[in-house]
This record gives sequence, structure tokens and C-alpha cells, in this order.
Amino acid sequence: MKRWPSLTLFTVILFALWLLLNDSLAPGQLLLGLILTVAITASTAAIRPLRAHPHHLLTALGLFFVVLIDIIRSNIAVAGIILGPAKRRFNSAFMKIPLDLRDPYGLAALACIITATPGTVWAGLSPDGGTLTIHVLDLQDEEAWVRTIKQRYERRLMEIFE
Amino acid sequence: MTDGVIPFWADLLGSLLLISGSLLTLIGSLGLLRLPNLFARMHGITLGNTLGLGCVLLASILVASIHAERFVFQEVLITLFMISTSPVTTILLMRSGIYRRRMDADRKTAGHQDSPNPG
Repeated sequence: MKRWPSLTLFTVILFALWLLLNDSLAPGQLLLGLILTVAITASTAAIRPLRAHPHHLLTALGLFFVVLIDIIRSNIAVAGIILGPAKRRFNSAFMKIPLDLRDPYGLAALACIITATPGTVWAGLSPDGGTLTIHVLDLQDEEAWVRTIKQRYERRLMEIFE
Repeated sequence: MTDGVIPFWADLLGSLLLISGSLLTLIGSLGLLRLPNLFARMHGITLGNTLGLGCVLLASILVASIHAERFVFQEVLITLFMISTSPVTTILLMRSGIYRRRMDADRKTAGHQDSPNPG
């Protein structure tokens, strides 16, 4: 019974995707979508090696808005750096961040968040999973970046996935 | 259906969104020219992928919704696919960049030890 939460969430998302792609709520589409999504979920369950157990969906919603705000803010910051004086354009460097997050789905989500935010790109995880390397465009205060990623993203992701 | 006349305010807002989206993408592409190396240049491209694309999609949602006289939000799907696919290619590019830099460094040190013209 432990597998049901993520299984149903996956089904619900696929179902919503189907209806959106078809852009209709006709009974035929509802039925077809329902049959398809349940069949797909059941038949692909075996080839998905790990099950995600996301909970605290409200935290996920909060995380979404946090990321949205950060993406908008860093878009403006990166645009400023590109158009700004040459001095600031040569500040890019790699840096390391200690990680406590271990869930593979949480890590995948963190990779997407970090890479989708302009100004930071995920550059690798150490083999033991304890150290994350990122590349930062305007690296001035390493402490500030560690704090941002650990408190704004990692804490929420651990709440959702662990 | 009033044959899809778009009111002035929506026209204006849609155009503003389109222009700011295009400007952001342009600035991001300009980063290719102005930033010093591969790793720094990757950050510029993200501008077009995120807020640049977001502005264009918002404009599309606005105009399409008014045109069809109902709320059209299929554009959300584009965002979803973009958010879940573009980081993968970016990370792959980053990894191969790191790998190539390491290979270059290895070759350089090996070249100094063995022969003046390696490869």
C-alpha cells in the first residue's frame, strides 16, 4: 500500500496533461484519458527503478513561487551583468556546497532548479553525494550562495521528498 | 463570438510582454559575445529559456484567451516541458566542458614531459 500515493499523483498529472493536450473536457476524452493514464501508469511501474514519495504538496507550491521569484530576480541580475562593465563579467567560478539531501528525485528537482535559474549551473555531485559543485556567473560571496541554496531550496525539497 | 477583436489594453500589454521577452532573449544571446568563456556563456542562454520564454508565453495566453473568449492555458505545457528538458542538456554541456578542460590539461602536462608536439 506504500506505493499508492505517488502512483495516484503520477496518474493525476498524466491525466491532466492528456486533457490539456487535447484541450477538451468531452466525456469521450475523459474516458480515453482515464484508460490510457491508468494503463500507462500500471505498465511503466516496473521500469521505474525508484518510487518517489512526495508529500507536503503545500510546501511544493511554496517552493514553486520561491523559484519563480528567484528566476525573475536573477534574470534581471544576469542581464545587468551582461550589459554592465567588463569587471563584473570576469567573476565566474566553480564553488562547492555541502548537501544533506539524498533522495534521487529531490536531487533531480534541485538540479533543475539550480540550472533553470540564470547565474547558476549544476556542475556535478561528488560520488558520495555529499558535495555539490555549481558554477556561478557572478561569484562574490560564497557564503551567501550556500545559504540561499540550502535554506531556500534544499530545506523545502527535503521536506517534500524525505 | 465577436470575430475576435482584441481590445486596445490587451494589444498593448501583449506587445509589451512580447518586446520584453525578445529583449531578454537578445541580451542573453549578447552574453555569448560579451562573456569570456564557455562556462560563463552558458548562463546567458538561460535568460531566453526562462523569463524570455515566459513573457512570450504570457503574451500568447493573453491574446489567445481574448481571441477565443475563454481561458486558454495550454502554454503552461510548453513551460513544463522546457523546465524539465532544458536543464538536462545544459548539465550535459557543462559536464562535457569540464571533461574537455581536464583532457586539455592532461595533454598539456603529458606533452611537456614526453614530446614537444603531442598528438
